[in-house]
Amino acid sequence: MSETLNRQLAVGDRVLHKQFPPISRHKLALYCGASGDHNPIHVDLDFAKAAGYPDVFAHGMFVMACLGQALTDAVPPPRLRTFATRFVAITQLGASLTCEGHVTELVEHNGERCAKLALTTRDENGDVKLAGEAVIAI
Amino acid sequence: MVDHSVVGRSLAPVTAHVEPGRLRFFRETLGERNPAYTDAGAAKAAGYAAIPVPPTYLFCLEMMDAEQAFEFLDVLGADLAQVLHGEQRFTYRAPVMVGDTLRFEPRIASITDKKGGAMTLAVVETRVTNQHGVHVADCSRTVVVLNKVAA
Repeated sequence: MSETLNRQLAVGDRVLHKQFPPISRHKLALYCGASGDHNPIHVDLDFAKAAGYPDVFAHGMFVMACLGQALTDAVPPPRLRTFATRFVAITQLGASLTCEGHVTELVEHNGERCAKLALTTRDENGDVKLAGEAVIAI
Repeated sequence: MVDHSVVGRSLAPVTAHVEPGRLRFFRETLGERNPAYTDAGAAKAAGYAAIPVPPTYLFCLEMMDAEQAFEFLDVLGADLAQVLHGEQRFTYRAPVMVGDTLRFEPRIASITDKKGGAMTLAVVETRVTNQHGVHVADCSRTVVVLNKVAA
């Protein structure tokens, strides 16, 4: 798991890469309950259509949770200092996500040696859905 | 258009409990299999006193236990059909684990109109402390309000 981090990290190193199965309606319904985010736009087709969308779409935070999982698969959780994302585009139903991250900078963060990671989540067409950053202790 | 005078306003604080059953439901929904999050022994080996929460779960805890999860919409004068999540940021300061009781204190940090008023970005910053008074995390959520532009 933390094999990557047991050697010296260098700028440009790819630290994480994880693929997720296509997002189903069932998954969004489960996430609605599991997350406490009951916004109907993610599960109720009638509501989504009335709001002007062709269909329901994934919660941004569901996609960020996938990216977070890819991150903590590669980086032991206690090393995580910050985790941030921009929701670049709506993630459509059925999307198959790929989460990636690489080292952009080695920095001092609150007196601690850290690496800054650039993170992305793309769908099966290569379109960026989330663009983010994490700071991890090394 | 969103009223800029709400900047600095505090929203209702939320007290949330990190319950093992709800956390398991979240993990299973996400297919989380990392032993650090599923196995008490592995969590201890990683330096935690109990099973910790995955990195985005703080956002969920605040919504699950809020009396009004969408209070910020009332303050912004917007409805669910016209908002999107623009950005989300977490700063982790101390572990959050099963059994903890957290206090979330959200406030409206900034409001910025964009694209000639077609959209407004509202930032809600939330300080999170635990049952020992330890400042465990800060969360920052940027809400995009798609304004109803008069024809």
